[in-house]
Amino acid sequence: MKLKQLSLFLENRPGQLVQAAQALKEAGVNILTLSLADTEQFGILRLIVSDWEKGKRALEAHQCVVNAADVAALEVSDRPGGLAEILGIIEECGINIEYMYAFTFGRDGKAILIFRFEEVDEAIAKLQARNVNVIGSVELFELSGGR
Amino acid sequence: MSLHQTTFAPYKTQGPEFAIENRIWDADETLPRAELEALQVERLRDCVGRAAAVPFYQEKFRENNITLSSVRSLDDLKRLPFTTKQDLRDHYPLGFLAVTRDKIARVHGSSGTTGKPTFVAYTHDDLALWSNLCARFLYAGGLRSNHLVHIAFGYGLFTGGFGLHYGVERVGAAIVPAASGNTERQIMLLKDLGADALVCTPSYALYIAEVAASEGIDPRDLPLRYAHFGGEPWTEDMRRQIEEDMNILAFNNYGLSEIIGPGVSGECAARRGMHFQEDHFIVECLNPDTLESAGEGEAGELVITAMTKQAMPIIRYRTRDIASIDRSPCPCGRTSARMSRVLGRTDDMLIVRGVNLYPSQIEEALLRVEGAAPHYQIEVDRKGNLDEITVRVEMRARDFSDKMREMAHLRDRIDREVQHITGLRMHIELVAPQTLERFVGKAKRVIDHRPKATL
Repeated sequence: MKLKQLSLFLENRPGQLVQAAQALKEAGVNILTLSLADTEQFGILRLIVSDWEKGKRALEAHQCVVNAADVAALEVSDRPGGLAEILGIIEECGINIEYMYAFTFGRDGKAILIFRFEEVDEAIAKLQARNVNVIGSVELFELSGGR
Repeated sequence: MSLHQTTFAPYKTQGPEFAIENRIWDADETLPRAELEALQVERLRDCVGRAAAVPFYQEKFRENNITLSSVRSLDDLKRLPFTTKQDLRDHYPLGFLAVTRDKIARVHGSSGTTGKPTFVAYTHDDLALWSNLCARFLYAGGLRSNHLVHIAFGYGLFTGGFGLHYGVERVGAAIVPAASGNTERQIMLLKDLGADALVCTPSYALYIAEVAASEGIDPRDLPLRYAHFGGEPWTEDMRRQIEEDMNILAFNNYGLSEIIGPGVSGECAARRGMHFQEDHFIVECLNPDTLESAGEGEAGELVITAMTKQAMPIIRYRTRDIASIDRSPCPCGRTSARMSRVLGRTDDMLIVRGVNLYPSQIEEALLRVEGAAPHYQIEVDRKGNLDEITVRVEMRARDFSDKMREMAHLRDRIDREVQHITGLRMHIELVAPQTLERFVGKAKRVIDHRPKATL
């Protein structure tokens, strides 16, 4: 049920982000969501794309430094307290979060959050045992309108 | 040696509000050339005799059939072997000692291309000589026994602090041994104690002026009147700027630990180059490729023989410093040749904030962090008035992590190793693979934006 996320190393100079976006455009790979972490000196762009293997090849062909990591997409209630609730469960399960970011779409009053855990398989098993809906890549792709 | 206070030429360096009178510290500075050269031959022979106690020289002398009788004139210097920094490193830590260890009075060191320093040793006589040599250029540049000198050089293995300290003491002046760092405190000391003279690197002087100004203190209002700068190459433009910014007269001096430290040469009040202390050091100016003498006034590599040092006599040391030698008479009355400012290096050594830095040190630090040397580039800039170093290190795909924590950790580990090996703080920047310029043949590891001296 885990997802592949692509991460890109970005230097802090103009044109870095454009180059990556161009590579994905040429390969016809759609970006479902992204998050950008930046420091004074460099940035890390994290992407969930329609076809991660194709996306990785395209980015590498453009001299980008890319790696693929397993993340979990969790469904939460799209209402006040939704995030607090899921974070509460994660804490109770004793799971460490490396980082997280949100999807821009949801369904039926639900939102989707992407989590990077230290031990993703273990985390997913624990969360499913607590009835958290962990969304797989196919489902996610459909959710995003199959774009 | 006795104190001679004869005024030779009526030469005075006009400072903003005062003049530095031309005075000579000791009589050997004005030996007629013929006498000076005869003394050099005598001392060179003595040096060769003592150097034979050093296994390195013993072997070189045997290979080249050199005996004491080989040294009859200064021309015979050409027959003697060269000594390089690598030779000193190969005999780490003190393989160049010409005396037994119990005769050593002090050890200093300079940073080398690796994590280990190159050590130099002094006997008590060497220390007395060193103090006197520093006293000569300090006195030539205005120091008098009633002055107060602020020394902002590091006191430690680096020869700058202790060398100048004992030179000032030799002249009989008072010292504020401020050492390096904590610029706000330096300014407080300069202001409150009212030192007449400042001793540090020229770039640090500019930095002091800048910090003072930012604290609302006009550096021109500090009681300072003159300064003796060394430890790094600088330019005439910088001299003008410092003199203007601080309302002082600035003098240049030169030295390197392998020879003795500061005191190898220094400016007189005429400021027409740095008087080479030829009664103790023989200087050659050679084309670094052919090792033939550079033409009169032409720039070349300085090769120096330290004839009178007891603990570590050094024969024909390849300094890697490029400068020119002027043998025309100086109006000050000293008979010694004068060297120009250091114009460059024959290797890729940089001097940053007075500290020697070799690009290979960065390479070694990276090897420790990553297991192999990735591509890197060093950029040196003078921001405000302080040298700043940026090291760009190319990422390798397998070192890249999507976790910021791990990336920061990688950067921090590089930072720590670089500081550990070089003793300098630098900005470490991670860059994408294949982004640093590649050059056919020699890699361009260093981009130095600092202004350079010219002939």
